[in-house]
Amino acid sequence: MSISSKTSRPLRLPTPRRMGYAFSWTGRIGLAVILFWAVIAVIGQWIAPYPPGDLVGFDYFGPISPEFWMGTDYLGRDILSRILMGARYTVGIALAAVTLAVAIGVILGMVAAVIGGWFDTLLSRLLDAFNGIPSLLFGLVVVAAVGSSIPVLILTLTAIYMPGSYRFARALAVNINTMDFVTVARARGEGTIYLITREIFPNILGPVLADLGLRFVFIVLVLSGLSFLGLGVQPPNADWGALVRENIEGLSLGAPAVIFPSIAIASLTISVNMFIDNLPTKIRDRSD
Amino acid sequence: MLRSKTTWLLVGKRLGIALITLVIVSFAVFFATGLLPGDVAEIMLGQAATPEAVAGLREAMGLDRPALLRFLGWLGGLLTGDLGTSYVNKVEIADLIAGRLANSLRLAGIVTVICVPLALSLGIAAAMWRGTLLDRMVSVLTISVISVPEFMVATLAVLIFAVWLDWLPALSYGVNVDSIGAMLRAYAMPVISLSFVVSAQMIRMTRAAVIETINTPYVEMALLKGASRPRMVLIHALPNALGPIANAVALSLSYLVGGVIIVETVFNYPGVAKLMVDAVSTRDLPLIQSCAMIFCISYLSLTTLADMIAILSNPRLRN
Repeated sequence: MSISSKTSRPLRLPTPRRMGYAFSWTGRIGLAVILFWAVIAVIGQWIAPYPPGDLVGFDYFGPISPEFWMGTDYLGRDILSRILMGARYTVGIALAAVTLAVAIGVILGMVAAVIGGWFDTLLSRLLDAFNGIPSLLFGLVVVAAVGSSIPVLILTLTAIYMPGSYRFARALAVNINTMDFVTVARARGEGTIYLITREIFPNILGPVLADLGLRFVFIVLVLSGLSFLGLGVQPPNADWGALVRENIEGLSLGAPAVIFPSIAIASLTISVNMFIDNLPTKIRDRSD
Repeated sequence: MLRSKTTWLLVGKRLGIALITLVIVSFAVFFATGLLPGDVAEIMLGQAATPEAVAGLREAMGLDRPALLRFLGWLGGLLTGDLGTSYVNKVEIADLIAGRLANSLRLAGIVTVICVPLALSLGIAAAMWRGTLLDRMVSVLTISVISVPEFMVATLAVLIFAVWLDWLPALSYGVNVDSIGAMLRAYAMPVISLSFVVSAQMIRMTRAAVIETINTPYVEMALLKGASRPRMVLIHALPNALGPIANAVALSLSYLVGGVIIVETVFNYPGVAKLMVDAVSTRDLPLIQSCAMIFCISYLSLTTLADMIAILSNPRLRN
């Protein structure tokens, strides 16, 4: 393939596809599902057919019907409305946590890589130690101690995933830090802040964004897990994990109330994975 | 095999790091649970307690001592096997945990015995016939299992095996089973769910480890000489991939720790994780701390073991 393109080269315009910035179809489908849930998280409240807290059906664990597209839950509430509302909690909390975690992790990682020395060693050792705590367990312990509320959840999830983000960003930044243009900037007398924002950050942005996506998936998984254990979003509000927990009794009946929230979680996490796996190579890895 | 001094130095260093990590982790667990707003003594006595009663209880529980001293006392207790007593039912925590720990370990053991051969053969087969239908099916299945929460794997297993096929009971109690058949049925659902979670990780890592070895020039040479694909992989590539594979196995087994928390809750399995989740709802702090330490220690030993296998199996470090 490479030989033929070398021997007879037609006029090549620098379109996104040829520059290596095009998305494959799998990636596009993933992106579409992500955008769909992002929009739902914002407007879900207004397009829900029933108020999410209202008992609308006479039956608990009602089947799929023209009235209730996804059946009703253990109290007779409309599942579709509750899933639309739950999107706000699941997507919102995960997004807030992942933004915080990656922002703190990347900044600390770049600073550690640029400054180096004992600061780097100490911070790396300390944050590595936090990786020694299984993530779900960390959440469990903190929520047991402090009690569950949305800010606590966001901060806990941030604390769980910040060390990983730090490690990732530091490894990238250490590589960039040894490059000539950084050495030149340093010789010019530029300070740490300039080096970080102008020289290093633009060069690690692509991989960091891919890492952000993966971390988002982990956070959604842990958040759903915590909610499933009854330690996440508290009633009367419910994220998708809490919806599965509420209706777990209906599992032996095969109720749609358990199945649809699970599908919602899976659709989000799988499409983020699909999207990240199919990111254009130019964004994923800028080393070549 | 002769190992040089450097190898043992690296192993020793890794063990040292694990030990330091353990101290930091125990520090984190102790102080995270100590973050409780208000005071344990106040919470235990309820709202109607007089300040004198609270002060008395604080003194009796040693809560008036400095935090660092309490931490050292607690750590010393852990080391000597004295885990303290539960706040809720005043039972020795060691007694509460002992039976539960045996149950959890039995579950983990069964899962390990099932998963390791299954995942290794699937992972190696997928790498051997890379790009075929088998490889693609295995990849899609493992990625799907990895990208959904553990409780979903468990609920899906219940839905398929207990509701639609009606083969197995949906809930497990794990105890008081008289016949072997009944015991197998009681363990089946937790074991199946947990096996899916753990083997998905293991298959992926095994496949990656074997493929990395296949891509080296000497294995390619074997293929060019006319060796069949199975011969190339099993005779030439596999011996060199054993280290990374063993590393992958130990790492994937550490996913047992997170998975077991969810699976024991879903199936009501009387293990340490269920005990801990129940302790969280009653806010029984000493019990939570002890259970959390059990999980952290098992997680840490598995990841340390994985690293040590990687060090020991790497002949490039042998000098």
